[in-house]
Amino acid sequence: MARNTKVQRRINLTIYHVLMLLLSLLMIYPLLWMVASSFKPNGEIFTRASTLIPLSPTSEHYTTGWRGFGGYTFGNFFANSLFVAILSALGMMLSSAIVAYGFARIRFRGRQFWFTAMIVTMMLPGQVMMIPRFVLFNKMGWVGTFLPMTVPAFFGSGFNIFLIMQFIRTIPFELDEAASIDGCSRYAIFYRIILPLIVPSLVTVSVLTFMGSWEDFMGALLYLNKPHMYTVAYALKMFNDSSQSDYGATFAMSVLSLVPILIIFFFFQEQLVEGISTQGLKG
Amino acid sequence: MAKHAVQGRSLRERMNHPNVVGYVFILPFITGLLVFTVIPFFTSLYLAFTEYNILSPAKWVGLKNFHKMFFEDKLFWTSFWVTFKFALIQVPIKLTVSLLVALILSKTTRLTGYYRAAFYIPSLMGSSVAIALLWKQLFAFNGVINQVLGLLGLPDNQRWLGDPKTALGVLISLGVWQFGSSMLIFLAAIKNIPASFHEAAIVDGAGPVRRFFAITLPMITPILFFNLINQVIGSFQAFNSSYLITGGKPLNTTLYYGVHLYNRAFNHYEMGYGSAMAWFMLLVIAAFTALIFRSSSAWVYYESEGR
Repeated sequence: MARNTKVQRRINLTIYHVLMLLLSLLMIYPLLWMVASSFKPNGEIFTRASTLIPLSPTSEHYTTGWRGFGGYTFGNFFANSLFVAILSALGMMLSSAIVAYGFARIRFRGRQFWFTAMIVTMMLPGQVMMIPRFVLFNKMGWVGTFLPMTVPAFFGSGFNIFLIMQFIRTIPFELDEAASIDGCSRYAIFYRIILPLIVPSLVTVSVLTFMGSWEDFMGALLYLNKPHMYTVAYALKMFNDSSQSDYGATFAMSVLSLVPILIIFFFFQEQLVEGISTQGLKG
Repeated sequence: MAKHAVQGRSLRERMNHPNVVGYVFILPFITGLLVFTVIPFFTSLYLAFTEYNILSPAKWVGLKNFHKMFFEDKLFWTSFWVTFKFALIQVPIKLTVSLLVALILSKTTRLTGYYRAAFYIPSLMGSSVAIALLWKQLFAFNGVINQVLGLLGLPDNQRWLGDPKTALGVLISLGVWQFGSSMLIFLAAIKNIPASFHEAAIVDGAGPVRRFFAITLPMITPILFFNLINQVIGSFQAFNSSYLITGGKPLNTTLYYGVHLYNRAFNHYEMGYGSAMAWFMLLVIAAFTALIFRSSSAWVYYESEGR
């Protein structure tokens, strides 16, 4: 009897894993297909689309694709994307940490008002801001530069501030009090006590910001008008438009454009999962 | 000298007053709020009543943009209904799939981490240009989808992106594929349910289905509510998949509201008209959010009532 249920359990577990493996494979199949296609000669990509193994594997797409267009290589576009994404991540991390500390630890007059303003503006659809922000940046002479894609990050964002606030709240207030008795000002408490303790949430914020910025297509579409400034996301679209028949090269550059996302995923999986999961907590 | 010292101390004291410290710390936020949100917000409201092509000054035209929107621009209504349909189909499918998968993954096994990664990675990459271009090729006439259908002996001559009946479905499939982040949010909520609830129910003889409807589902309604609002707002603002994959074709059956707005504002330089469209969208989103909020008291369960 006991043995029977044990066998039954084994079978159930095996069925579970087989189904889950199939489902997982289905989910990542499009990505596998993209990688496989990037190594197939152009003639093979669509004639043998249903197989993942190239008949005659080639890496030529990576060399032809890398040449880019308009005299600019993808090396140039990657440098642009890295610059924009790293700067945004740094700015977002710093400003959000500072603001989060203010909201989480200081009782000042008007705190509730500004906090509510933050929550309300979090729900504001970005597309309502698209035109007036463009008008504003155009007036400031920022169109055609990286400024519209990086400077706003230096003023924090509601979601990230909230995420760090949640983290600060888990730090016992006694730490602040002890430091205060030792003569630390509020500024020193932030810098010496809180900042080192909230590093995990800062990593989450910078990783999420980096990825958002790396994938940002809209910003590049609106603000970049010279090929030497294109980010990878935008360059990929322009490259695809200009080399319609060279599918392999587009696939190759697509794969490369996703490499940073994959790297981040493998190194910061915990922080990412943490960040996404806490999104639900504010609801 | 002495006077100096007193002044220095009082400045330091003033700088350490909570009311000052607080504003020093949230200053970046206030500045950003004013410059990048409040000013654009009211600029946009003003522009909605003007004709403005960015080169010459805005000209006040009253309600003309709204009249044009509702009575002259046929594509306005087309794009509105396309977006509505897109949201109406995508949101329930995506929510159901992410909840189901979260339920399955809440039982931890040795391989759960890998499954979670496989389900989550698509939502990390989903909004990138690379994936949009990939989706276009997957559903091409001679793409994988048709070839696999052919191998299975099914009709393999469907023009997925060229047929007005299926094109929107392709874009919806891309959206559903990215269910990973809402799945993670559900998963965190399910794991937060105290194990004792389930144990007590098992003692009482409740099966898994009964336990799902009596315990799990009520306990995660706040998260369901959050995901629902998030996705409705997200779907109404969709842009990339239509702009990059179909360009709104065929016969405008995939012309999202956001794409139409962009075309008007940045290809035709009708910034005033675009602003009017943006405000209409804001009102529609606000109405839907309010509707969901109003209905929430009937179906969202908070453990500590009166919150």
